[in-house]
Amino acid sequence: MLSVKNLKASIDGTEILKGINLDVKAGEVHAIMGPNGSGKSTLAQVIAGRDTYEVTEGSVTYMGKDLLELPPEERAREGIFLAFQYPVEIPGVNNTYFLKAALNAARKHQGLEELDAMDFLMLVREKMKIIQLDEELLHRPVNAGFSGGEKKRNEIFQMAVLDPKLAVLDETDSGLDIDALRTVAEGVNSLRGKDKAIVVVTHYQRLLEHIVPDYVHVLADGRVVRSGGRELALELEKEGYSWVEQQTAGPAETRG
Amino acid sequence: MSDQIKLERNSEAAEQLANREYKYGFVTDIEADSAPPGLSEEIIRFISAKKEEPEFMLEFRLKAFRHWLTLEEPDWAFVNYPAIDYQQIVYYSAPKAQGDGPQSLDEVDPKLLETYAKLGIPLKEQEILAGVVAVDAVFDSVSVATTFKGKLEELGIVFCSFSEAVKEHPDLIRKYLGSVVPYTDNFFAALNAAVFTDGSFVYIPKGVRCPMELSTYFRINAANTGQFERTLIVADDDAYVSYLEGCTAPQRDENQLHAAVVELIAAENSTIKYSTVQNWYPGDENGVGGIYNFVTKRGKCAGANSKISWTQVETGSSITWKYPGCILQGDNSVGEFYSVALTNNCQQADTGTKMVHIGKNTRSTIISKGISAGRGQNTYRGLVKILKGADGARNYSQCDSMLLGDRCGAHTFPYLDVQNRTATVEHEASTSKIGEDQIFYCQQRGISAEDAVSMIVNGFCKEVFSELPMEFAVEAQKLLGISLEGSVG
Repeated sequence: MLSVKNLKASIDGTEILKGINLDVKAGEVHAIMGPNGSGKSTLAQVIAGRDTYEVTEGSVTYMGKDLLELPPEERAREGIFLAFQYPVEIPGVNNTYFLKAALNAARKHQGLEELDAMDFLMLVREKMKIIQLDEELLHRPVNAGFSGGEKKRNEIFQMAVLDPKLAVLDETDSGLDIDALRTVAEGVNSLRGKDKAIVVVTHYQRLLEHIVPDYVHVLADGRVVRSGGRELALELEKEGYSWVEQQTAGPAETRG
Repeated sequence: MSDQIKLERNSEAAEQLANREYKYGFVTDIEADSAPPGLSEEIIRFISAKKEEPEFMLEFRLKAFRHWLTLEEPDWAFVNYPAIDYQQIVYYSAPKAQGDGPQSLDEVDPKLLETYAKLGIPLKEQEILAGVVAVDAVFDSVSVATTFKGKLEELGIVFCSFSEAVKEHPDLIRKYLGSVVPYTDNFFAALNAAVFTDGSFVYIPKGVRCPMELSTYFRINAANTGQFERTLIVADDDAYVSYLEGCTAPQRDENQLHAAVVELIAAENSTIKYSTVQNWYPGDENGVGGIYNFVTKRGKCAGANSKISWTQVETGSSITWKYPGCILQGDNSVGEFYSVALTNNCQQADTGTKMVHIGKNTRSTIISKGISAGRGQNTYRGLVKILKGADGARNYSQCDSMLLGDRCGAHTFPYLDVQNRTATVEHEASTSKIGEDQIFYCQQRGISAEDAVSMIVNGFCKEVFSELPMEFAVEAQKLLGISLEGSVG
């Protein structure tokens, strides 16, 4: 589904990604772990199409298409969803209205009929249950005045409604207490499917207790330094990132 | 108390929205029956004679003209434009009359109707649509079609062109003309009083609630013709009226001067709601050819418990100079001002309101939303004046500015003059910009950058749009290139 080859990207002349390789197949859940500043979030943003990062080398192929050729809105309409680490507030724009516009933009792109207000509302009601979103948040402006937890929950709610093929969750666990973490993880799990893939970007292992990955990749200094099964996350938890960082001095070793 | 804020970052989407071409630019080729350019007592006599006015009107015009000669064009507004040569302007222009005025829409020049249709104002359809809106349409300077007059007449409501009112209701005109905006008020008001050719007149008798939105579409057409409308609306005791004014103009190269005067008078317990959507030609991307819009609008809450509410959406004109205000004379009277002003390319807007509290427990609300894009300059200028006798007066003002791109400006000049200790005055202001991160967030959800900007701007203006009558709200959103917000949830 997603194939990242030797991806290099920089911001303001500073190279952040230094040759990333990643293969994600339909039905898989991949975890990207790594210390702060290792390039985890940059990878997520580059996949989504943020133009503040300049891709200097490499390729990203998604469902057979050259992803780097597509503007961000087309990537989204093709089924890529990024749950933001810091969801943006949009004052004055109603949350439900925003989501309806987003969903219909995708449906139009896919040659489907746009949902009318009634059908959309029914869909929203159904998805709200999955994520246990407070109905009141639907009527508020997008993320405006939401608590940290509400924002993260709203991201997963949007994901549920938009039903993406490839979801990238960028530090979705940060700022969540243990109950909220469980709810969000349950929501994500309910959206897993054999024709869908999820990339979970996280600093900590605890989210992976709830969203169990098939593969774990460890990023350090813009490169994948270790890949393995879920046990790699536990190993990391025990040893800490300094253990990985020591390894980056040597040539990158890839497993799994 | 001014703050000038400039954006540091540039947004491509913002630029695109700002660079949209004016959609309504075209010219119809109806022969104009015009006065020669220039302004003199002779021209004023020509206008007055052409309109077969009674003596008192000619006197009013001449007094105004003589006063105007003593005035200097004001230069305090935060706008720049080349000096206007008032002797180059044509002060009278009318479509060729076919004997008496048309009796029905069928008699109206089909080309005129076509022009309105292009602007999305199908009069025929409106007539068929059974009395939702009555239109007193002004084409250039002479009224050509009035609908639903019969229905209104049954209720004793007068809704007609200003010229007609001068003939049919001279006593009302004599009583109220210049009573809120005297010809001595300012340079442009004096000019208007001297040369105005037409406009609308509304009178709502005691206890009558006008059953439909009254509406006038203004449109400037003949080249080099300054248009000077005069609107007078009087609501008698316990009356209610909602009046809509909307404008678009064809594209052209010469700057066009527009100096209208609107006067509202609200008697005891009456309400006047006045809504404007202004979309005159703003000039090209270098500011060439746009309309100069120098307008004086003021309402007087003469009676106790009366209310005047102004709502404006200003998206057009190269220069807007406009301060719809309220004189709150009656005790417990209420004044409101809701405004959206959008400037892009080289547009300049200096707009706001004046709320003058005279009576006891008078209240005023000001909500102003300024949007600047391209090289647009947007200024809010407002006066809240609370006189000594205005015990318990209250004002709430909120002035928000939004910036798109890095070459535009937003400015706020609030003047407060409070002479009564029991008064409460609140002022809030904010400036925001559409951030790259907001646009990217929308894009990541599948919404194009352009739609994202429209959506965010629309959200910013929501409080004002919600004050507009439904059909106008739709038009306002169209003008900002925005799809309807809040249709769900």
